Amino acid sequence: MPCAVLRRARRRNDLLAKAASKSAASSKKNAEPAVTDSAASDDNFALRSLQDEHARQKRFDASTEEFLEFYQKMLLIRRFEERAGQLYGLGLIGGFCHLYIGQEAVAVGIQSALDEGKDSVITGYRDHGHMLAYGIDPKIIMAELTGRQAGISHGKGGSMHMFSTDHAFYGGHGIVGAQVPLGAGLAFAHKYREDGGVCVAYFGDGAANQGQVYETFNMASLWGLPIVFVIENNQYAMGTSVKRSSAETHFYRRGTAFRIPGMQVDGMDVLEVRQATEIAVKHVREGNGPVLMELSTYRYRGHSMSDPAKYRTREEVDGVRQTRDPIEHAKAELIERGIAEDKLKQIDADIRARVTEAADFAENSPEPAPSELYTDVLVGSY
Amino acid sequence: MSIELKMPALSPTMEEGTLSKWLVKEGDEVKSGDILAEIETDKATMEFEAVDEGTIGKIVVPEGTEGVKVGTVIAVIGGDGEAVSAPAPAAAPAPAEAPAPAPAAKAEKPAAAPAADPEIPAGTNMITVTVREALRDAMAEEMRRDDRVFVMGEEVAEYQGAYKVTQGLLEEFGAKRVIDTPITEYGFAGIGTGAAMGGLRPIVEFMTFNFAMQAIDHIINSAAKTNYMSGGQMRCPVVFRGPNGAASRVGAQHSQNYGPWYASVPGLIVIAPYDASDAKGLLKAAIRCDDPVVFLENELVYGRHFELAQLDDHVLPIGKARIVREGKDVTIVSYSIGVGLALEAAETLAGEGIDAEVIDLRTLRPLDTETVLKSLAKTNRVVVAEEGWPQCSIASEIVAVCMEQGFDDLDAPVARVCNEDVPLPYAANLEKMALVDAARIVEAAKKVCYR
Ligand SMILES: Cc1ncc(C[n+]2csc(CCOP(=O)(O)OP(=O)(O)O)c2C)c(N)n1
Ligand SMILES: [Mg+2]
Repeated sequence: MPCAVLRRARRRNDLLAKAASKSAASSKKNAEPAVTDSAASDDNFALRSLQDEHARQKRFDASTEEFLEFYQKMLLIRRFEERAGQLYGLGLIGGFCHLYIGQEAVAVGIQSALDEGKDSVITGYRDHGHMLAYGIDPKIIMAELTGRQAGISHGKGGSMHMFSTDHAFYGGHGIVGAQVPLGAGLAFAHKYREDGGVCVAYFGDGAANQGQVYETFNMASLWGLPIVFVIENNQYAMGTSVKRSSAETHFYRRGTAFRIPGMQVDGMDVLEVRQATEIAVKHVREGNGPVLMELSTYRYRGHSMSDPAKYRTREEVDGVRQTRDPIEHAKAELIERGIAEDKLKQIDADIRARVTEAADFAENSPEPAPSELYTDVLVGSY
Repeated sequence: MSIELKMPALSPTMEEGTLSKWLVKEGDEVKSGDILAEIETDKATMEFEAVDEGTIGKIVVPEGTEGVKVGTVIAVIGGDGEAVSAPAPAAAPAPAEAPAPAPAAKAEKPAAAPAADPEIPAGTNMITVTVREALRDAMAEEMRRDDRVFVMGEEVAEYQGAYKVTQGLLEEFGAKRVIDTPITEYGFAGIGTGAAMGGLRPIVEFMTFNFAMQAIDHIINSAAKTNYMSGGQMRCPVVFRGPNGAASRVGAQHSQNYGPWYASVPGLIVIAPYDASDAKGLLKAAIRCDDPVVFLENELVYGRHFELAQLDDHVLPIGKARIVREGKDVTIVSYSIGVGLALEAAETLAGEGIDAEVIDLRTLRPLDTETVLKSLAKTNRVVVAEEGWPQCSIASEIVAVCMEQGFDDLDAPVARVCNEDVPLPYAANLEKMALVDAARIVEAAKKVCYR
């Protein structure tokens, strides 16, 4: 053992000596020592390799049929969330309710690339969109929002706490950042059971500052866990803009210290999101350890229903809506591809009808039975 | 098809609001996303967005109208029939399914007048303030008085506080002393604790105490134990404050009462006031205190109005309970939001010929057992009301104290009235069932009176 220590020490000395001679020889003013130079260029290659691969082909080559499917899912999320906002205003939804409007391309693009039911997904409290992207019935999601027995958690969870183990969707967590280690735990289970699944753990730009995120990055990388960390950078954590909360605002770089490759992705373009996810998931599924994706996106509404959103201007919001809206872009592209406007109108009408049906169901179905209060506290009886 | 626009609920606790301004007029075309009006809620001025498309038909409630109840029709939109496939929102849902009225309904009632606090001289000028204002004023006064005092936490500065408790502080004291943190509770609780060790007087705000669980290691291992471990060399005068307990339908992860947790830790001071006067006087005392203080507020109480003595320096003693209503038949002990329920129960009991004494513990550690035992000696019967779980609660502590030190005075077993022993559910009906209320306190009081 002392031998090994010695050997390592000697090697380090060699490197330092080499570094010294190289930097002495170098005439560059700010030349970095060779030791970081050579190591860093290696690392940077590994850390940038996925980004480079993505740069070679930015967007997913979707068939028109696939593209229409993405469009419909995004539109369903939008219309569902608008209606949820309305029901909140009517007092049918209470507590905290965080809408996903503006961010639809993220969940739809990512989850379309997963093996549903095999790959696991986990997120925070802004979770309606991720449920809908997995094709979970809007009726039981809306009924959860209104706190009814038919809701997916029997009305006991509400907006922030929805789960569907059938779809390997693990929630729905209210504590900012908590889903990150939980996601790594799901990934740990995939690896342990050798089931070939990967986990996608979504979290926000604000959550990205929690300490447990970095503890998780270290372990996930150290143990080669099959997980894609997805930062949904919607530019704000409640009223705090990214630049007011974060020393490093390029979130995709935040895995560097843990040797986790990062990818910077336009989260307002569903095809780009899908393509990037394919690259990330392939890397992870092949046993290469975690990937960190930063998706640049935007939330149009307040943080939750009670946020007056005075920290940004109306113009800023409208600007994003007008220039980057994921649904409007997809629509324009579909028209370019030859889809008739009438057909798109029909799709919108159908989706509105589905959402109306969900809202009526959620409004008219009964509240949980009083006995539900005491069920599911523990599994066993003691 | 025309659509009725109703006064929206724009926060979990909003019951009514002011329609400050219409940004559209009759005949205007609107589309989804357009701002229709500005509405002032209990916390903020909000923009009211259109969801449907159409033409503003009639403005029913003119701008400037105050106290518009949630659900009142404020305008009518004529839809264009095509884009709007949604029916007009149904009127009130069938009674069986109607969500229970938010508990904040009680907020509107003037809180029962507590007996005058002994420390305030009679004849002092009284003003009416909310608990929210009282807390803010306490911090502002202490910051003026002592430049070592600063506030840090999530959204405390530019946003003016998630619950508006730090409103105006940034403006007066600047960014050096009113500091927005990232969402990193463990980190900033540690920084606050370290700054206290380094000679400052930090006030660390948690957006709610649910999130302080991220940081509890520093509150307990670093703040509470260091003075002892260092043989009294290392002081830690930090205040950890924020809302605690259930709010309104925010679910299991956002609704816990941590009073019993912190109150079990030697080395901490734990304060949980109810009314504005105690909130102000005790927060000022907490900031001046040389020990680490956990100061537990309650979101549902922030907006309630109370009388406050206009004194230059309103500081109250830590560790003293207060008799907020005198009575002779039964003692109801409570703290924080439970005090309001206990006073309500006492009113009901009075109507049935039972004269209840209500004690507000105010400080949970150190616990003022003397006041409780004295009252027990007078009434011979005790009920403890607590918005929190029953097991290992403040209520169980009071039961133990009465049994150990007041056994001979007891004419009946002490009764605990707590929340149901389950994580708090979201559904309106289940939440209501799970939370302690005045009716259950009345029932328990009658039981210990054998009535
Ligand atoms: C530990 C913790 N601290 C604070 C909060 C309160 N809170 C809820 S969401 C939020 C902002 C999170 O922002 P971000 O991570 O960017 O996600 P976004 O809401 O933008 O989706 C805060 C501070 C919480 N729920 N948990
Ligand atoms: Mg964010």
